[in-house]
Amino acid sequence: MRYSGLRVIKEALTGHKGWKPAWRDVEPKSAYDIVIIGGGGHGLATAYYLAKIYGQKRIAVLEKGWIGGGNVGRNTTIIRSNYLLDGNEPFYEFSLKLWEGLEQDLNYNAMVSQRGILNLIHTDAQRDAFIRRGNAMMLNGADADLLTTAQIKERYPFLNTENPRFPIKGGLAQHRGGTVRHDAVAWGYARGADRLGVDIIQNCEVTGFLIENGTCTGVETSRGTIKAGKVASCVAGSSSRVMAKAGMRLPIESHVLQAFVSEGLKPVLPGVITFGAGHFYCSQSDKGGLVFGGDLDGYNSYAQRGNLPVVEDVCEGGMAIFPMLGRARLLRMWGGIMDMSMDGSPIIDKTHIDGLYFNGGWCYGGFKATPASGYVYAHLLARDEPHPTATAYRFDRFNRGLMIDEKGMGNQPNLH
Amino acid sequence: MIIHHPLLGPRDASEFTYLGDAALIHRPDWEAEDALDQFIDYGYLRSNPAGLHRELWFHEGGDRSWLVVTRDTTTHEITKVELARDVARQEGRSK
Repeated sequence: MRYSGLRVIKEALTGHKGWKPAWRDVEPKSAYDIVIIGGGGHGLATAYYLAKIYGQKRIAVLEKGWIGGGNVGRNTTIIRSNYLLDGNEPFYEFSLKLWEGLEQDLNYNAMVSQRGILNLIHTDAQRDAFIRRGNAMMLNGADADLLTTAQIKERYPFLNTENPRFPIKGGLAQHRGGTVRHDAVAWGYARGADRLGVDIIQNCEVTGFLIENGTCTGVETSRGTIKAGKVASCVAGSSSRVMAKAGMRLPIESHVLQAFVSEGLKPVLPGVITFGAGHFYCSQSDKGGLVFGGDLDGYNSYAQRGNLPVVEDVCEGGMAIFPMLGRARLLRMWGGIMDMSMDGSPIIDKTHIDGLYFNGGWCYGGFKATPASGYVYAHLLARDEPHPTATAYRFDRFNRGLMIDEKGMGNQPNLH
Repeated sequence: MIIHHPLLGPRDASEFTYLGDAALIHRPDWEAEDALDQFIDYGYLRSNPAGLHRELWFHEGGDRSWLVVTRDTTTHEITKVELARDVARQEGRSK
């Protein structure tokens, strides 16, 4: 069923009896050409582009829970492509371009809103670094705009520009950045993939891999054995747990990142603001809640909840720059588990086991990458070679000294 | 989280910084035949278990001792805290 304004009117006049489920509920078959483990945004996007762009058939997505119940529904919904390094920026810009055409492509309202993102500057050194970053972005076809304090005050009059420790001395804006309704991304890709014949199998947990003579030939699941020509892991947050079943250790630690939503307010914040120096970033959802977060808790965790010192740190950062936040009450807070990689950048690559592929290590930046991650992973699965924008995301970059370390922190996952 | 420091008693986890897996105590022998592979493993690969995890915490805001904390990564429950120095000696580090 194609969605349209006309369809909404027709259904409204006929008692909404014509709507059908957005995707089929199917029983797993005994064999597929490609089995994708993980029905999050990245896994569903991979299936969608495999079927749509790369013409693959007989594809299944296995999800241990339900569609939209994992990290795709636990993030803070920001999209942007403001990276510095050559290994990253073309990929994230490709992703932002895919976001711009996503709703027409999927025939699904994902509420893509290019309301802009602003990174605040507090020192001369930071300004130099942001100018360099902005130039790197523009060299890769992205947009970047250096704003003065006066321009920022005009746009965001509520910001405290005179904080004694972190006075606002300007900012780097990317006007094409913004937010997307995250659940709609999962639902839209699921519906799109389903319409192209992909089997989406929920409540189906992978419990092991079938590996014969160094080749992966399928997976064991809670709903039986499924044979596959190719198996693609796409479970960021739980990558180490899943790949351990194939005997692999990864350059990844799992960490918890907390996020917060205030009660619903009238529109007060027109865009996304990041106060990196104070470990705080914030946007306002279309429902009115201020959505904000900060740093990792900093220790290995699979618990999906954090501790109070980080709550205090995030709220202090918020109050320093955004004093009106103190008038809003906190409605919800939660923790998401992320694959923190050794250099802060993702991995999309074959493994040393034939037929087994890996996509993970997204750190706290997986949501914005969803469309491109799916696209380039589909490319890798279909062609057995990396997509031109993702050639650097290899497993062996660590032993070869080719890390993609945006923050220059070295092999310490909790510092990225 | 409260970490029960073996010398100082219960201390808030925010006084500490976190390094990672306690296996990092055992730096590979640089003269070994396969030293390169061992160092790649030491530097970049982690077991990252869901469940009990032995990990290194540094009491930066306190007595600056290194601790080995045994903690469940699915619940954050801490079941054992030892001085890293004692662990290293027991396990034969720097013999």
